[in-house]
Amino acid sequence: MTARTAACPNCGATIEFRWSGAVQTVCPYCKAVLVRRDLDLEKVGMVSDLPPTASPIQLGTEGKFDGDAFVVVGRIVYQYERGGWNEWHLRTMRGASAWLSDAQGDLAISTLAKNAGALPAADALQVGQSYTIDDTRFRVASLTRARYAGVEGELPFTTWDRSEALFADLDTEGTGDRLRFATIDYSDDAPVAYVGTYVELEQLAARNLRRFEGW
Amino acid sequence: MSAPAVASLSCPQCGAAIELRTLDQAQSVVCSSCGSILDARDPNLALIQGFAAKQKFTPQIPLGTRGTLKGEKWEVVGYQVRSITVDGTSYYWDEYLLFNPYKGFRYLTQYDGHWNDVQVVKAVPAETRSGGRPVVTLYGETFKHFQTATATTEFVLGEFPWQVRVGDQAETRDFVAPPRMLSEERTPEETTWSLGTYMTGSQVWTAFALPGKAPRARGVFANQPSDYLPRAGSLVKRYVLFAAILIVLGALRLITASRETVFDTDSKFFKPGALADSLAFVTPTFQVKGRTANLEVTTEAQVDNGWAYFDYALVNEATGQTYEFGREVSYYYGRDSDGNWSEGSRRDRAVLPSIPAGPYFLRVLPEAQVPTDFLEYRILVRRDVPILFPYLAGLLVLIVPPVFMALRAWGMESARWKESDYAPSDDDDDDD
Repeated sequence: MTARTAACPNCGATIEFRWSGAVQTVCPYCKAVLVRRDLDLEKVGMVSDLPPTASPIQLGTEGKFDGDAFVVVGRIVYQYERGGWNEWHLRTMRGASAWLSDAQGDLAISTLAKNAGALPAADALQVGQSYTIDDTRFRVASLTRARYAGVEGELPFTTWDRSEALFADLDTEGTGDRLRFATIDYSDDAPVAYVGTYVELEQLAARNLRRFEGW
Repeated sequence: MSAPAVASLSCPQCGAAIELRTLDQAQSVVCSSCGSILDARDPNLALIQGFAAKQKFTPQIPLGTRGTLKGEKWEVVGYQVRSITVDGTSYYWDEYLLFNPYKGFRYLTQYDGHWNDVQVVKAVPAETRSGGRPVVTLYGETFKHFQTATATTEFVLGEFPWQVRVGDQAETRDFVAPPRMLSEERTPEETTWSLGTYMTGSQVWTAFALPGKAPRARGVFANQPSDYLPRAGSLVKRYVLFAAILIVLGALRLITASRETVFDTDSKFFKPGALADSLAFVTPTFQVKGRTANLEVTTEAQVDNGWAYFDYALVNEATGQTYEFGREVSYYYGRDSDGNWSEGSRRDRAVLPSIPAGPYFLRVLPEAQVPTDFLEYRILVRRDVPILFPYLAGLLVLIVPPVFMALRAWGMESARWKESDYAPSDDDDDDD
């Protein structure tokens, strides 16, 4: 991966891209939300400072999952009425995007489903319905309407023009084995499915983790 | 660069300082001063619930205490007391919420001095039924249903990654496979499974370097491991081994015993009414050969509703060594309202242990009380006869420890299940 640099149109600071394909990023100095237009960056808004996080992940954290090395390049903070979670954007050495979610210390990695079939429209969604995604039968467990509570770093899509997203969380029937889950994201016009598994931090051989005083 | 691990805030209700140890993971935080439950995600810490607990509780492990569980560092960040009510009685237990920024959350529960190290499981157990009871399987291990109840939050302290309220209720189901317990908590919003592993109070005291000694555990807890079950199991295994050895040795003895006849009077008679001097006699000398072995003297007397007594002395002709012993033969029989009866036997066996080889004779003084003039008798001496009594006694004595341990194991299991939904009914208890 070649690091590319650009100047922040808001404060002039040099912004280093970890991922050349980023669509949106946030200036780490002035917190301007920047969107790529051809070769230039356009300021589309400002974000307020994110509250201090207890997540061990940070921009620049590196690790390995499923034999593929990754680096954390961006983050979306989602909040809903009963909680919130971090969705860390990973770029892998094979050039794919993946998401590492951190909800109350539970880490999970999800990737775009390869074979999602026909997904239901948002207004047709019901808890209890089953769908086959990537050859696994998933059941809709809950629907979460979350709001974008903050962003940082490089993302594969824009979020500045969005305020809310609808997620359907799907799980497998009780099998007594490690849980696989799926998420259907209704942020865009067409629903997008992700399939994920829970992971432990030590499984990821992570480097450059956030350090906490006294830990 | 290291980020601060604590955010310092102040309670909008009473102004007291509030520390947030789980930062953005916290959804609610309780003011330790006024007991208000506040929305930790709100920059203004909006009030969720004012102090509503009926009773105040003090955690045994103070908030902020750090300890080491299974080699990992954990900090106590939250504490809640929950209760269940069974047959009109409320039972309270403590739940400590532990946090490590690199590991997430973990729980410690405490009831009557029994502790559990609990983690949320990222799997849904498979549920079936066995013997009319629900059982669940997780990662290949099967757990038996123990209790279904409604848990109510009674008191809270510290911070929580969910919106906690006093009065919160959840349907709980506990399944056990000591030392583990699998618990389901169901609210209208979600169902969570967690896996607990039994810990003793002193393990917790060591892990968190708490002062003093852990309070003694009372009773038997649902997933408390039983020392007795494995010990009974290993004692039974050991017994089976010993019993097999004893049976083999006994069988070998039965096969190898020579049972050699060294002397036999054959059928003889004596006159019971005669003077003692005239009845006494000595047998011809007989040779006992081979290694030192036991000697069996069989006395047969054809008594009918009477007795005979033989006063014996076995004398080694070469050394003069004398073995004196007396044997009685008595046999009575008849008929009464219960039918025929009999008592005693016409034959008696006496075994002298460890008789060395040599020339021997028997000095015999018989006497008898029988309704006949003559009494037919026979004296038979054999060497090296098998005696099975020690083997049988060994089998009996050795079975005591495993039986004892099995009874203790059974006692512990019945004490465990007495607290479950499957306790024997009250009628059974009254019979105790």
